[in-house]
Amino acid sequence: MTGAPGTGAPRGTRRRAAANALGLLFSAGMAFPLYWMLLTAFRPATEIHASPPRLLPGHLTLEHFRRALGSPTFWANVRSSVLIGVGTVLVSLLIGTLAAFALARFSFAGRKALVLVIIGVQMVPLAGLIIPLYLLLSDAGLTDSLPGVILTYLVFVLPFTVWLLRGFIAAVPVELEEAAMTDGCTRLGAFRRVVLPLLAPGLVATSVYALVQAWNEYVLAYVLLSSNDKQTLSIWLLSFQTSFGTDYGGLMAGATLTALPVAVFFALVQRRIGAGLAAGAVKG
Amino acid sequence: MEQPPRAARVRRRVLPYLLIAPTVLALAAVLGYPLVDLVLLSFQGMTRRELFSGAAPPWAGLANYRSVLSDGFFWTVVGRTALFTVVCVVATMVLSLLVALLMRVVARGVRTLMTGVLVAVWAMPVMVAASIFRWLSDADYGVVNWLLSLVPGLDLSKHNWFENPWQGFAVITGVVVWGAVPFAALTLLAALSQVPAELAEAALVDGARPRQLFRHVTWPVIRPTAVLVTSLCAIWDFGVFNQIWLMRGGQPEKEYYLLGVYSFIESFAVNRYSAGAAIAVLTVLMLLAGAVVYVRQLVHLGAAE
Repeated sequence: MTGAPGTGAPRGTRRRAAANALGLLFSAGMAFPLYWMLLTAFRPATEIHASPPRLLPGHLTLEHFRRALGSPTFWANVRSSVLIGVGTVLVSLLIGTLAAFALARFSFAGRKALVLVIIGVQMVPLAGLIIPLYLLLSDAGLTDSLPGVILTYLVFVLPFTVWLLRGFIAAVPVELEEAAMTDGCTRLGAFRRVVLPLLAPGLVATSVYALVQAWNEYVLAYVLLSSNDKQTLSIWLLSFQTSFGTDYGGLMAGATLTALPVAVFFALVQRRIGAGLAAGAVKG
Repeated sequence: MEQPPRAARVRRRVLPYLLIAPTVLALAAVLGYPLVDLVLLSFQGMTRRELFSGAAPPWAGLANYRSVLSDGFFWTVVGRTALFTVVCVVATMVLSLLVALLMRVVARGVRTLMTGVLVAVWAMPVMVAASIFRWLSDADYGVVNWLLSLVPGLDLSKHNWFENPWQGFAVITGVVVWGAVPFAALTLLAALSQVPAELAEAALVDGARPRQLFRHVTWPVIRPTAVLVTSLCAIWDFGVFNQIWLMRGGQPEKEYYLLGVYSFIESFAVNRYSAGAAIAVLTVLMLLAGAVVYVRQLVHLGAAE
């Protein structure tokens, strides 16, 4: 599929050139904020505050990264973000895969209701749930603790995990399981031996996506975690804004560091997630 | 090895419920219970005192709702949130559809570049995106002021974008749309690839113009996806919080309150948890209107499956 069929060759060519130019222009506009973040993170303070601003890189420096990495709670915040992310993924994958298997392979009373709940959850604005979640965790003595945050993250990660995995499981031909069961496997045995290995790419994609969601969350972590050294990187970014003004060099270096792992993971699984989302959206 | 048939049948019937039990329990605990609690809370008078003493908050009946609903400011915030949502969703969808259509006709290299940029932007955490846009629109050293000042007759040096809420919301809309376009555009692109090529070719052979082609061939195929993405965007934008919170340095002025921010501040800054809960309940109810469209679309698709 290339090119819109035009009426004549010159017109078609001109059109394609215009489309390409438009595409390049759009890419440049979309990418500019990212470029500016990186540029600010790597240029000395004098150039950050240059007037007029210089659009091209001049001197490069690592001073902002050194300052960001040297901030007293940085590594503790990295640890929090990683533990919360991994914990959320493990719990939601563990229990989500089972539910996804049930939804993809069994018909049972209440199946439709569960599907509706899982889809409906995405419509509850998280901001509306902050108060009762806070009260719930404070009753359970789980405020300012990482397990508490992981539990609350299940609200938005678990339904999503179930939904994505359901699609991946449904894509595995059911005949494979039936063959295994004819050979003497139990239903769960067939799932474990036949479906699960085929599901590996789907599991990886789903867990990366869940990890990213947990990594990016801000409000709940902000409300639930009061100790500086337990807070996540999203909250740590706010520490570059003080009453004396904002340290933009440090902020952009911090933003780069926060975004880096997500960007790498995302680039790795994007294609698969895109396909999964589209299949989910198109096929219901 | 041989199971008595009756036991096997019972097991088969019970198995799916065992499989979904952990998920159902988890959702009941972290979602069902808080939702019920939210509604209860909105009928009570929970303040900081009850929170810390653990005493049961007094029953307030409809008092919270009465005071919220009779407050002119609440309706201002509702109107502002609705307007903000409409602007963001329309901008996101129009731009995304154009981008997705554009990506079908550009050269392979350009398409790869566009995909790469979209994925990179998609991967940006919300707080990172908000930080970047705050810096871009900075009054003293922001590059936006400088770029706009290049337009003849426009002098924006030292211009503070957040002094006037309309301009401030323009920046916030910018960051929201920037963050939402990748998801919407790539999902629409995936849907566009479902348009049968033979159908499009046949329509062109029959003399259809590009506009007619879009209306009668392309749009019917991508419509379900477009409706889904639109309603998802609307839900997200209606509850937007992070971008405003960060751009206003954790202390948004009253002019910057949207429903999410308003409910949060009533609860955690003013410690009127019940008033905050009432606002949150009203927000969820308003969202249900949009939710009905979304769920109906999904059920409709499910029935066709």
